Amino acid sequence: MLEVNNLFCERDERILFDKLHFEIKAGEVLQIEGQNGSGKTTLLRILSGLLDAFEGDILWQKKPLDEVRESYYQAMLYVGHLAGVKAALSPEENLAWMMRLSPHLNKLTIVQALEKVGLYGFEDVPCHTLSAGQQRRVGLARLYLSSAPLWILDEPFTALDKKGVAEKEALIAEHVNMGGMVILTTHHELNIPNQSLRSFNLDDKKGAR
Amino acid sequence: MSFFFAAIKRDLLLSFRHRNDIVNPLAFFLMVAVMFPLGVSPEPKFLAEVAPGVIWVAALLASLLSVDSIFRTDYDDGSLEQMLVSPQPLLLLVLAKVFSHWLISGFCLALMSPLLALMLFLPSEGLFSLIISLLLGTPTLSLIGAIGAGLTVGLRKGGVLISLLVLPLYIPVLIFGAGTVQAGAMGMSIDGYLAILAAILVLSIMLTPFAIVAALKISIRG
Repeated sequence: MLEVNNLFCERDERILFDKLHFEIKAGEVLQIEGQNGSGKTTLLRILSGLLDAFEGDILWQKKPLDEVRESYYQAMLYVGHLAGVKAALSPEENLAWMMRLSPHLNKLTIVQALEKVGLYGFEDVPCHTLSAGQQRRVGLARLYLSSAPLWILDEPFTALDKKGVAEKEALIAEHVNMGGMVILTTHHELNIPNQSLRSFNLDDKKGAR
Repeated sequence: MSFFFAAIKRDLLLSFRHRNDIVNPLAFFLMVAVMFPLGVSPEPKFLAEVAPGVIWVAALLASLLSVDSIFRTDYDDGSLEQMLVSPQPLLLLVLAKVFSHWLISGFCLALMSPLLALMLFLPSEGLFSLIISLLLGTPTLSLIGAIGAGLTVGLRKGGVLISLLVLPLYIPVLIFGAGTVQAGAMGMSIDGYLAILAAILVLSIMLTPFAIVAALKISIRG
């Protein structure tokens, strides 16, 4: 479904990756590993179309990403380092806006999603009064809402407690079981059935140029 | 279209939660009218003469003061990224954001301007032309300012750069805006001035959204 050919990216005269090839098909989790600063976030931003500073091809359903941007964005969920949660808005208002912005967030109602992430009872308080982990949960409520097949998650487990991490892992496993795809970065040992999990390390992809 | 109104509603809600966004430009606007007579001359005849220019310059700078915030907080908390990876049309979203900025800056300034007119002894014949020229001129300021805001949103300290980028483009609006009020205060016809302000506004509504979207994409995608 998503295919990456001969990807090359350089930042501040440092080659992050060169001749990068990979493909992700329905029912797969792709874990991208690497040290801090190895370009994991950069790669995810490139894959989600948020960064143009690269060479090579990215194909979505065999077509170049640039040509199918709109349909790609209907089928892709991106949760970055910054969760896109407005501190001045309540969790409910935040989710209502996210659902407006991305129509593929339609699987549950707002209240159901907040219940899933354990924020039931907090729906009306402004997000700046919540803890870092709770704010993260507001952003991750998107995972419960999304019917998009492809998820691109940058460090989704940051600031979550053990129970939260286990719930998200179960959710990711369920998503790929249903034929979804997940590309994520994490330093955490993923607890997901082995046959669907693939990983590669960006530290090995530093070609000389 | 419902997406357009949802976006306006969100931005207005955010502005009301951060009262400073609304109060700062208005307080600045008012302070100029308070300080100017103290610093120059409290003579009513002199003030009446310079009032159109002073009020317009104050409105322009007040609008410029708040323009940086159009995309800043959305950039800082990742909301802007989410807007770029959304299938919703970015043009519509940008127009909605600029419109809500205008509602809390230009529109409020226009509503407050009669007070300044009174403080600066603007002849009462000029009052109507002052309000209408601000209503027609300030949306252009928000639209042009948003291009600067979009271009500098990726920079940590974009404030000064915005002024440099945007102020030259503000000048035609200032000239015709202040001209409208001057003509109105002297009891002359203001139709020609208003036509030009309206023409500039229509042109900006048509063209600037493309520039703003392009500016945002440059800032984010690099």
